[in-house]
Amino acid sequence: MPFDLAFIWAGLIAFAVLAYVVLDGFDLGVGILFPLLSTEQERDVAMNTVAPVWDGNETWLVLGGGGLFAVFPLAYSVVMPALYAPLIAMLIGLIFRGVAFEYRWRTKRAKRFWDFAFFGGSTVAALGQGIALGALVQGIEVENRAYAGGNWDWLTPFSLLTGAAVVVGYALLGATWLLMKTEGPINDHNRRLAWPLSVTTLGLIGAVSLWTPFIDMEYFNRWFSDWTMIFTFAVPLLVAGAAWLMFWGLKTRHDTYPFFAALAMFVLSYIGIGISFYPHIVPPNLTIWEAAAPDSSLKFVLVGASVLIPLILAYTAYAYWVFRGKIDPDEGYH
Amino acid sequence: MFGIEALDLARFQFAFTITFHIIFPAFSIGLASYLAVLNGLHLITGKETYLKVFQFWKKIFAVAFGMGVVSGIVMSYQFGTNWSVFSDKTGPVLGPLMAYEVLTAFFLEAGFLGVMLFGRDKVGPKLHFFATFMVAVGTLISATWILSVNSWMQTPAGYAINENGQFIPVDWWKIVFNPSFPYRLTHMVLAAYLTTALVVGGVGAWHLMRNSANRSARLMFSMAMWMILFTAPLQIGAGDAHGINTLEHQPVKIMAMEGHYDSHPDGAPLILFGIPNPEEKRIDYAVEIPKLSSLILKHDLNAPLDGLDTVPDDKEPPVTIVFFTFRIMVGLGFAMLGLALFGAWQRYRGYLYHSPWLHRAAMVMGPMGFVAVVCGWITTEVGRQPYTVYNLLTTAESASPLQASAVGTSLVAFIVVYFFVFGAGTFYLLRLMGREPETAKGRLSEGPIRSAGITPAPGATELQRPGSATPAE
Ligand code: HDD
Ligand code: HEM
Ligand code: HEM
Repeated sequence: MPFDLAFIWAGLIAFAVLAYVVLDGFDLGVGILFPLLSTEQERDVAMNTVAPVWDGNETWLVLGGGGLFAVFPLAYSVVMPALYAPLIAMLIGLIFRGVAFEYRWRTKRAKRFWDFAFFGGSTVAALGQGIALGALVQGIEVENRAYAGGNWDWLTPFSLLTGAAVVVGYALLGATWLLMKTEGPINDHNRRLAWPLSVTTLGLIGAVSLWTPFIDMEYFNRWFSDWTMIFTFAVPLLVAGAAWLMFWGLKTRHDTYPFFAALAMFVLSYIGIGISFYPHIVPPNLTIWEAAAPDSSLKFVLVGASVLIPLILAYTAYAYWVFRGKIDPDEGYH
Repeated sequence: MFGIEALDLARFQFAFTITFHIIFPAFSIGLASYLAVLNGLHLITGKETYLKVFQFWKKIFAVAFGMGVVSGIVMSYQFGTNWSVFSDKTGPVLGPLMAYEVLTAFFLEAGFLGVMLFGRDKVGPKLHFFATFMVAVGTLISATWILSVNSWMQTPAGYAINENGQFIPVDWWKIVFNPSFPYRLTHMVLAAYLTTALVVGGVGAWHLMRNSANRSARLMFSMAMWMILFTAPLQIGAGDAHGINTLEHQPVKIMAMEGHYDSHPDGAPLILFGIPNPEEKRIDYAVEIPKLSSLILKHDLNAPLDGLDTVPDDKEPPVTIVFFTFRIMVGLGFAMLGLALFGAWQRYRGYLYHSPWLHRAAMVMGPMGFVAVVCGWITTEVGRQPYTVYNLLTTAESASPLQASAVGTSLVAFIVVYFFVFGAGTFYLLRLMGREPETAKGRLSEGPIRSAGITPAPGATELQRPGSATPAE
């Protein structure tokens, strides 16, 4: 396994995308759950739990996109046109939900509309991401350094399944986040929601995992014949462990465990996808090394990234620390 | 045939989305610095008015910043979706600069924004000032990197080209500090400060016309007029220097801006007004001052200047657009200077807060910074056509292999969504600006809700009674 600049960068980009998925995942999830929250006050509180941090969470998406442009420009220029429709839908969803954070406090008449925009935008964004993921797993046709497929290649039963999985999974992250951050009726409400959501999420993780090896012989071999077969047993076991933690936390009212259990499910599924992909960055043809920018570019950004990413993690942690603990329902600047 | 159509749609989409995007940064770069100054002045002097003006603009900043973020995310993905060949080729050079923008600027802004907006009671005034300051620094760092990117596309340097046709970095210093970058950065940051000062001044004037004793309105208006007095002349100087630099590196753009279809071997005139006639290749109804253009650009009345007759037609940018947008920008620059001088004169006479004509003028000029910024960018970007990377990569070669139907659909979606979403946002912004500042605290204590320090989400209730009280926090 060559351990060089391109490899390190593949790891860093994977980290940025994972950070995005788990962080923005829970705040998109809060949006997806919005219609299920019963009163206006519950919705106010739910939004206030994520208002101070959502922008930082979304910045990981910009780093994922911008980072890909910097270090794997060929991958960026192939993937973006291939996933055109789901990505544009995601962007438009992000516009609606992003502005809703401010707009819904600025109006009485249209508050309901922006509530709906927050829900709709979050759901469309999550669905777009899930579909994009599925389409990427299925593979993208490349010829002459360019995307060679059609407008609709991204739309398949498999990508719809991954789309649904991401929406439900984010909703679970959102529910367990609210469980952790709130008290009173909204807290109980989210505990009730977390049960069916975790069962459905687990079911969808199972379905996607069983389907993936049959998409491409290469995935099949990776999971059932290489040395990586250890993971074929380890990953499901660990997911089962996370599920147990989830249910135990829900039952015994330990409000922080379910959130971390849900995070663990996401991280494990993500590792699973990573195993299927490696060494490709755009399956089935483009490897990490083929797509990488020249070493001078990789080095230039790596110097900065190795100082800046720890710094970013530090002050992001600080921002979370400032707003730690259960939220006071009377609080909020609006 | 479809290829051409998809290209035009992609160009229109890019121009449309970036024009919307630039409006918000132009405002939030300036406003973030203004908020940091207000916060700092309050920390030093302890005067309540600074804090009240801070709270007033903070909410406006939050809405504008949100719009800037969502329109910016669209931009960073659009390079890949619509301009994939461009991305593949320039990625090794431009990608790292944009990655640095994310790492040094966007995270910084986003990380401290929450503390700045919601955290004053939790972290105390000193850390709160620090957070505000970091947000301001973040916006400036962001402008620095992205302008380096844009300037490199205008005046590429420090690169080589590899066997795949990609630009590859050779000298990072030369790439970042390419020849037009210092000029463009100075001009844009000044533009952002000027634009913000004009908005603050316009809003201050509006409230002064209603109540000239309002302390907050006085503070805003006075600070804004000082700011414009300093930045407007600097901006004219910076613009002049920028133009001279452009003449050196992109002479064809200057020919289009000046409307010089013909070469002038002994001193070129400055065309003040006129209507370009691209068919006949001349400026109709031109009002011109002989030799002045040579004086401005070459500092010599008789210096020769080449015209577009020396350039093949297919290498010419669209003259009409560039000609007009450039004049609008420059005209507005001088109008801003005029406002600044008028304000200084009334201040000297002691009428700064009592001059209806000054206040009316400030209100008219309030949004003009945005107009100038957009016109300036159109001049810059259209003036470098037909290239995306000047003289090296044409716009036509940069586009993605997409079908027109895909680009067209997304274009329509963006237009509908942007007008709706940003229209609503502008409406909320104007409403926030229309609330009377300062009186807030006094009235709140008479109202039904009285809570010490923390008030439950009153934003909505407050809007039921337009212009009524705003809680201090
Ligand atoms: C408040 C905004 C504002 C004002 C009052 C002015 N400008 Fe400007 N101008 C800009 C905002 C701007 C801008 C939006 O910031 C641009 C676009 C790209 C850039 O670097 O700055 C720009 C571009 C730009 C260019 C194009 C440079 C190039 O692309 O090669 C020139 C030559 C000038 N300006 C010159 C002037 C002059 C002589 C002004 C004097 C009155 C002036 N500008 C006022
Ligand atoms: C620094 C950031 C910017 C970058 C990196 C950038 C990049 C580009 C690129 C790649 C194009 C070529 C694609 C095309 O022709 O449509 C372009 C064109 C264009 N840009 Fe920019 N741009 C920036 C800022 C702006 C701003 C702030 C504005 C306007 C307010 C603007 C207005 C335009 C317009 C109008 C075109 C279309 C020109 C034409 O097609 O004739 N740009 N820009
Ligand atoms: C094509 C060019 C551009 C791209 C790809 C781009 C990208 C972005 C992105 C992704 C964001 C959101 C950051 C976040 O998540 O916090 C953003 C915001 C921002 N951009 Fe741009 N941008 C472009 C042009 C410009 C220009 C020309 C300027 C100014 C000179 C600028 C200044 C800013 C600033 C200050 C912000 C912070 C948000 C705000 O102030 O509203 N950008 N941009």
